[in-house]
Amino acid sequence: MTQLQINMAVQVLRTMLAWATALLLFFPLGWLVLTAFKTELQAISVPPLFFFKPTLENFSIVQERSDYMLYAQNSLITSVASTALGLALAFPAAYSMVFFSGKHTKDILMWMLSTKMMPAVGALVPIYVIAQVSGLLDSRTALIIIFTLSNLPIMVWMLYSHLKEIPGEILEASRMDGATLWQEFRLVLLPLTMGGLASTGLLCLVLSWNEAFWSLNLTAAKAGTLAALIAQYSSPEGLFWAKLSAASFMAIGPIVVFGWFSQKQLVQGLTFGAVK
Amino acid sequence: MAYLQLRGIEKSFGEARVIKGVDLEIKQGEFVVFVGPSGCGKSTLLRLIAGLEVATAGSIILEGRDITNQPSSKRDLAMVFQSYALYPHMSVYENMSFALKLAKADPAVIKDKVGRAAKILNLNDYLQRTPKELSGGQRQRVAIGRAIVRAPKVFLFDEPLSNLDAALRGQTRIEIAKLHRDLGATTIYVTHDQVEAMTLADRVVVLRDGLVEQVGTPLELYDRPANQFVAQFIGTPRMNVISAAKIPSFGKDSKIKVPDGWFVGLRPENVKLVPENEGHFRAKVELVEALGAETLIYVSTEQGAQLVARQTDRTHLVVDAKVGVQIDTATAHFFDALGRIAHINHSNVAEEKV
Repeated sequence: MTQLQINMAVQVLRTMLAWATALLLFFPLGWLVLTAFKTELQAISVPPLFFFKPTLENFSIVQERSDYMLYAQNSLITSVASTALGLALAFPAAYSMVFFSGKHTKDILMWMLSTKMMPAVGALVPIYVIAQVSGLLDSRTALIIIFTLSNLPIMVWMLYSHLKEIPGEILEASRMDGATLWQEFRLVLLPLTMGGLASTGLLCLVLSWNEAFWSLNLTAAKAGTLAALIAQYSSPEGLFWAKLSAASFMAIGPIVVFGWFSQKQLVQGLTFGAVK
Repeated sequence: MAYLQLRGIEKSFGEARVIKGVDLEIKQGEFVVFVGPSGCGKSTLLRLIAGLEVATAGSIILEGRDITNQPSSKRDLAMVFQSYALYPHMSVYENMSFALKLAKADPAVIKDKVGRAAKILNLNDYLQRTPKELSGGQRQRVAIGRAIVRAPKVFLFDEPLSNLDAALRGQTRIEIAKLHRDLGATTIYVTHDQVEAMTLADRVVVLRDGLVEQVGTPLELYDRPANQFVAQFIGTPRMNVISAAKIPSFGKDSKIKVPDGWFVGLRPENVKLVPENEGHFRAKVELVEALGAETLIYVSTEQGAQLVARQTDRTHLVVDAKVGVQIDTATAHFFDALGRIAHINHSNVAEEKV
């Protein structure tokens, strides 16, 4: 074999390997989508069916048995509200840590992150009791508060690293130019951190949307999110693969589409400050 | 009457006292340069005037008004930062008009003022560009432009040339001098480069360790330094300061007697190299720097003192050559053991503090 042929072979092998890996990763999701359009019988057939006559029956059953729109609305409201609230809290926190840092700023940052190291279930009982006593069980308010607080450390960290990139002298220059604190924020700081705010917000939106633990444990029929909707279909009555798949498909659909369109910002946000 | 006045200004960061009590009066239209080695507190003093730091003690008076506790935005001062600190998301035009827009000036007035500043600074072709599309020198000019469109009460410059290369630095220095001559605005300029201080300033403030060492016109500082620190900080190459003990023959013919422990200061241009058996004492050539317009010759005496001589004519001297050193005693400075300037009377020694 000539060198050229060897190169070609390596190229082909590498491409095949990449496709194999990608397919392997995508398979469960692809299978879920396929199953969502099967009947229950087709879903459990051995050998598995790849070609069948698709049906929308599962979707209508899911919609009939449980109000999809209600769950979707809960998911949307809780994730958007917690993201907005989180940004409003995290931004001033990160701002003061970057531009008015003190001796203990690094410690506070570490401490905030350390709260993410505790398993959520460790706080289940106290939080459940608090929610119960304050009458917030099965309410969107409870979820919004918890999503906000649990995402806060990561939001502060991300915004901290974004704001770190802005030279403090630019803000001082605006003060010399006569800008008030609000003008400094609106006309200088905000335009310069737009990218960071967007990617932080996007990530938190996705995290809140996908959150399952707290919404399963703190909500029932009223405030349940799409994660709770999926869980309903792995019920004591047995597993209904097709309906479970349809419910999952409907739950992840919006966020997948959303993520597809915002992936550039997301990747940029996550790797920000990594190379410099 | 003083236009800008600093009274007993002090600044501490935690335990560290950075400014230890500064009193200073600046007249309207004056170009004052703060100069000193790094860490002397010159930038901190400027930031205190700007309002970017809060004074620990003392007060700042501008046009008879106490502005010590006013925020920067209310002081009506403009600052040019070392890093330029341009707004990266705004065009050159927006950068320069930002302050006027905040002050709610009439758009037609803004356009006119920015246009005039751009013309002075040769920025007309770049008004629509963003800072990252400009070279270092152009960014520097935008930063200066941003300051001059406002016609502020005082211009503050924080080492504005230190990010430029040597050629551009010299050129921009001349432009700043010209700008000050044309605008006549009160200016405070911070630098660690004594050449900038000497060429730009009406008055120079020499700082060390948070204290003012001397205030005066550039030539006053050069000719009549208040102490050894100022004497050696101003002028390149540095003034020769030698322990009097190391030049015993000094004054053999002039009958000058220098007390023990004192130091003699000699500007390099006042040290003359003569044939070996002439002059006050003998020395050996250590190094010759021929710069064309001037020649610097480093010599060491038999007593181990190091001296540099500056002459405008070229030399045939080579390393290790033996020479005589002649000193112009009238131009010598004398410092006591603490480095303070002292005066010598030819008949008897009298010390006099400045």
